Amino acid sequence: MAGRLRALIRKELLAALRDPRSRMMLIMPPLLQLLVFSYAATLEVTNVSIGVLNRDAGRWGVEFVERLEGSPTFTEIVALQGIPQIQTAIDLRQVIAVLQIGPDFSRNIEAGQTATAQVILDGRRSNAAQIVQGYLTVIAEQIGATVDAEHGVQPLAVGPIDRNWFNPNLEYTWFTVPSLIGMITLLASLTITGLSVARERELGTFDQLMVSPLRVHEILIGKTIPPLLVGLFQATIFVLAAVFIFAIPLRGSLLLLYGSLLVYQAAVIGVGLFVSALSQTQQQAFLGSFLFAVPAILLSGFASPVENMPNWLQIVSLADPLRYFLVIVKGIFLKAMSVEQVWQNTWPLAVIAVVTLGSAALLFTKRLE
Amino acid sequence: MSMPGARFGALLVKESIQIVRDPSSILIALVLPLILLFLFGYGVSLDANVVRIGLVVEQAEGPAEDLAAAFQASRYFEVEVASDIRALEDDLVAGNIRGIVVIPATFDRDFGSADGQAAFQVIADGSEPNTANFVQNYASGVWNTWLAQQTANGEGQAPVIALAPRFWFNPELASRYFLVPGSMAIVMTLIGTLLTALVVAREWERGTMEAMMATPVGILELLLGKLIPYFVLALGSMALCTVLAVTLFGVPMRGSVPALLAISMAFLLPALGQGLLISAATKNQFVASQAALLSGFLPAFLLSGFIFEIDSMPTVIQWITVIVPARYLIASLQTVFLAGDIWALFLPNIGAMLLIGLVFFVLAARSTKKRLD
Repeated sequence: MAGRLRALIRKELLAALRDPRSRMMLIMPPLLQLLVFSYAATLEVTNVSIGVLNRDAGRWGVEFVERLEGSPTFTEIVALQGIPQIQTAIDLRQVIAVLQIGPDFSRNIEAGQTATAQVILDGRRSNAAQIVQGYLTVIAEQIGATVDAEHGVQPLAVGPIDRNWFNPNLEYTWFTVPSLIGMITLLASLTITGLSVARERELGTFDQLMVSPLRVHEILIGKTIPPLLVGLFQATIFVLAAVFIFAIPLRGSLLLLYGSLLVYQAAVIGVGLFVSALSQTQQQAFLGSFLFAVPAILLSGFASPVENMPNWLQIVSLADPLRYFLVIVKGIFLKAMSVEQVWQNTWPLAVIAVVTLGSAALLFTKRLE
Repeated sequence: MSMPGARFGALLVKESIQIVRDPSSILIALVLPLILLFLFGYGVSLDANVVRIGLVVEQAEGPAEDLAAAFQASRYFEVEVASDIRALEDDLVAGNIRGIVVIPATFDRDFGSADGQAAFQVIADGSEPNTANFVQNYASGVWNTWLAQQTANGEGQAPVIALAPRFWFNPELASRYFLVPGSMAIVMTLIGTLLTALVVAREWERGTMEAMMATPVGILELLLGKLIPYFVLALGSMALCTVLAVTLFGVPMRGSVPALLAISMAFLLPALGQGLLISAATKNQFVASQAALLSGFLPAFLLSGFIFEIDSMPTVIQWITVIVPARYLIASLQTVFLAGDIWALFLPNIGAMLLIGLVFFVLAARSTKKRLD
């Protein structure tokens, strides 16, 4: 029986890796994705353009503009001449925000009164606009501190001192690269599994497999091992890239990472097999896996935290393997997560794996009868 | 010339029947758009939200106790109180809380003293940089409000500069309003590029494409016959999404329907062209599916300005985004829904989409012809 199984796994691996273009598709795109998307997927805001309409003749208006010029957030400061230009600049997305400084700005500051500056922001990009507003507030506070110092006003208190644990400079790639490891393995494992069964079904060879002396669980194992190996191989490349190209600290245990990765992959491959058991053609298998992958990515907490979702969607996300794996992979990389904490996110993956692999086996058996 | 007309009509009917017959096309054209719209309407939210944090008050009296109360009363925070930070560290690692505010025992003594040294710590979970930023901004907001109240009590000072922000087009700052129109671009990419690439690649794989080419049907007719049903399907899906966006998610529709139609139709040229190019170049369903995913879906999602700002990406990646058609669609869709008919913005975007489409079609026609020789 072991020999039979070994032969089957050998055959499956050959089927997946024989065609040079398919082989390329298993290695190059994931690597490219990691490189391109790691740098692209940032919610940081830098290098944006801002418009300034400065109608203040005094020094503080100039000071404000100079500080904008010195900030890495704004690469281009567009000097506007009048109100109508504000409308055009925002409408055409030439600038994300316009700072409007009134004629009495410096006068108010010198008089010791609060000086107000208007900020108009593009709500079509409200997330980035809010971040820009935050930056502007910081600059306003810094000018305020300078003014206070000149006027001899003592600050009342230091206030909050910010510190970020696990990622002191809030490097965005420290968040995206580990997350992408989970996302890309999900897409790759799903499509390889789904398509391998569906292709055989389209060609009619799956029925031959089913009537061969192989048992259903053997066929299932035979179909599970190759994508598992391919996934492990891809993940290894990613981990190496994360550590050596992106210089992301790997603080936790590599063994724990691989252990949980195996369980995660089993869960994902289970979904792939389940979908392909339901499909008649490769096209259906691919689109079916896709129908699973897109919500899985969106509900995983990658694009927005799970705790921000409405309760019913949080419940739906409990069935999402990526949700658990993202916690694990970021936890092991950045937080040196302990065995217990990893386990708390691994057992749900094991449950999902048992359910999906079990149902796939059931569907295949049914087909046999 | 009635014969080619009738022949073309028959071709269209045949292709349309094939679409309707295959449940997976319906899945992509109807079910997936609904799921996407729901997820972006309800699930993915970049808005300011309640963040769970831990609060450590080392000595709960006087101003420290007062400040702690301000944190607990804030509508941005859900606060778990502890007297020692060690009790909260595990929660931060597990992700149960996203930050810890520590008000030290010295705060009480320092606040109000002449040297102005009163300080407290805001620790955020840096493994979620976006949330970490929110934690710090909210904490600084709570602090400033609290400080201003102390001022009203006669102890402090008014701010030197106040910013009066106004958010045009989206004063409620609902991220849903730009995510829902953005998700329509994903839907159109799926139908235009992914589905088309798969279907046509299957025909190549099975050899039916060559069989069709051997018939009197011209190559142009053949390709148009394939593409027009998907063009119609994508527009239908777009219409469905628009109705749902406006009625269900309350997204304003400030522009006109003709503008929306013009933008959508312009986008379908590059989208379908890309699908065709992928299928002609790969002629294999598995490779086509991966190529469509990599060059169609993922860029539309990540490189289009949908969620992530293009301006903030490294220069090399900004160049890549220039050939991502979804980039032009998303800028136009967000404008037509939220701002109105700004043709000075639409026209350059439409022009860019048509140009990219033309390039894709020329390349696709070339790789199709090569096969014929």
